[in-house]
Amino acid sequence: MIQRSQLLSRLDSPRVLGYLLITPAAIILLGLLAYPLLLGVWLSLTSATLGKTGEFVGLQNYATILADPIFRGAVGYSVLYTVCAELGKLVLGLALALLLNQRFRGYRSARALMLLPWVAPTVLSALAWLWLLDPQFSALSWLLIQLHLIHSNIDFLGHPWSARFSLIVVNIWRGLPYFAIGYLAGLQSISKDLYEAAAIDGAGGWQAFRRITWPLLLPITTILVAFSSIFTLTDFQLIWTITRGGPTDATQVFTTLAYQRAITGGQLGEGAAIAISPIVFMVVLAFFVVRSVRDR
Amino acid sequence: MRNLRIYGPLGLYGIFLLLPFYWMVLTTFKSRQELLNTPNPFWIYHATFSHIVDLLTTTAYLQWFANTLFVAVASTVVSVFISYITAYAIIRLRFPGSEVVSTAIFLAYIVPPAILFIPLATVIIQLHWFDKLWALVPIYCTFLVPFCTWLLIGFLKNIPRELEEAARVDGASNLAILWRIIFPIAVPGLISAAIFSFTLSWNEYLYALVYMSSSYNKTVSVGMTTELIRGDVFQWGQLMAGALIGVLPAVLVYFFFVEYYVAGMSGSVKE
Repeated sequence: MIQRSQLLSRLDSPRVLGYLLITPAAIILLGLLAYPLLLGVWLSLTSATLGKTGEFVGLQNYATILADPIFRGAVGYSVLYTVCAELGKLVLGLALALLLNQRFRGYRSARALMLLPWVAPTVLSALAWLWLLDPQFSALSWLLIQLHLIHSNIDFLGHPWSARFSLIVVNIWRGLPYFAIGYLAGLQSISKDLYEAAAIDGAGGWQAFRRITWPLLLPITTILVAFSSIFTLTDFQLIWTITRGGPTDATQVFTTLAYQRAITGGQLGEGAAIAISPIVFMVVLAFFVVRSVRDR
Repeated sequence: MRNLRIYGPLGLYGIFLLLPFYWMVLTTFKSRQELLNTPNPFWIYHATFSHIVDLLTTTAYLQWFANTLFVAVASTVVSVFISYITAYAIIRLRFPGSEVVSTAIFLAYIVPPAILFIPLATVIIQLHWFDKLWALVPIYCTFLVPFCTWLLIGFLKNIPRELEEAARVDGASNLAILWRIIFPIAVPGLISAAIFSFTLSWNEYLYALVYMSSSYNKTVSVGMTTELIRGDVFQWGQLMAGALIGVLPAVLVYFFFVEYYVAGMSGSVKE
């Protein structure tokens, strides 16, 4: 009995219990996250294919993809997609937050409904967009024709630039609520006294926004943009469901190309190299996230 | 005048943000003929349930739905439990290296699945987990555990220490404090974490797409995109019926706990 209680009290010491409690998380994250991450770096340096381990080939996969115009196109569109979508989400999300921040009747239901695109599974809402953008039966084309803005149906996803643009709009549609809620939290933490003082000094609405609201929202902006960029840059669901990287690779991004090369095509080594390359951009973004989280 | 300045723009946002959902509902209940030829696509003239009936009787949709539900519930329970004990250890026990663990968890949170899915596929094959539905539970934990732990760390930080110190004076062990004292207070945080886990698992696509191959093991999103879209003929009625039914669980859970959801979202940017 004495031994057992001694054992129990030893188990309960912060050091032993601490390590015990983090063990499940450590096993999962080391085995299924850290190890695959390193394995991915290794794979990208080999000629592995589906079913064959392959040999070490140094940087050959990277040389191959850098010379590949499809990969370069994918890098270009990944960056364009991320930059445009982030700008759109920032501006439209902030505007929505400013709207919601004014107390009005139906505030709670408006806020709840506006979050729906963020909550609904992306693939399923992307299917609805795919149907809305249909070349023959698009309801959007029908609306534009009724408004006499166009004469015949637009083939939204059939031409490179309209497909690229459409995907950016859908990405903004999905991510805008995240920015709106983030900004709304930021706005609600700004003291009303500041605006009263500014009003006494004769500042108008725009001036109050530029001198008070925007500077105080800057830290939150960094976090929102950095987080959202990491996941926009590596977006797969939306683009894969709507265009699969087409028409003729015009909307190919890192992840869709990596999927096609590695899973469909079986070229694991090359696919791994493509999948890892956004890390260059992500390290920069992660730096901003870590810094602004630490500053707070 | 003030009303117009708020409700006007709000209405425009509403149209843009809710349009695809309206479109799902319309298409689900429109007759086949009306889908292709109609005087006004934004209205239903002849409502029908045939798309839903076809979907449930001629495809494996119900199986996919059950699979998604199982994986989402199981990975939510497992990851919230693991995250709670991890967050407690990091925040309250302060063992040597807890700072490092906390940073590592945060870094794990920002590693997107899209850069992991290829090497993870080789790990899954070596473990003989390929095409096994339950394997999605530990796989989903790789993004749920970092997220929930991070959320719960923020939450546990704000619980005053006095409570547990009083219990400690009374001779309570750390483990007893973890279960009897902190756990009941942490319930709102745990609910937040659970809702996020559930919606994130319900939304997951890439891992399920790559690691599940037989129709019997697919989730809703994967089954719909790989088996209902074949060739150039799209069964839009069935597809939108499936999308609508597939959106419902995530949306219902969200509407029940909308305040927890918003609090968690705001908290994750404030911490």
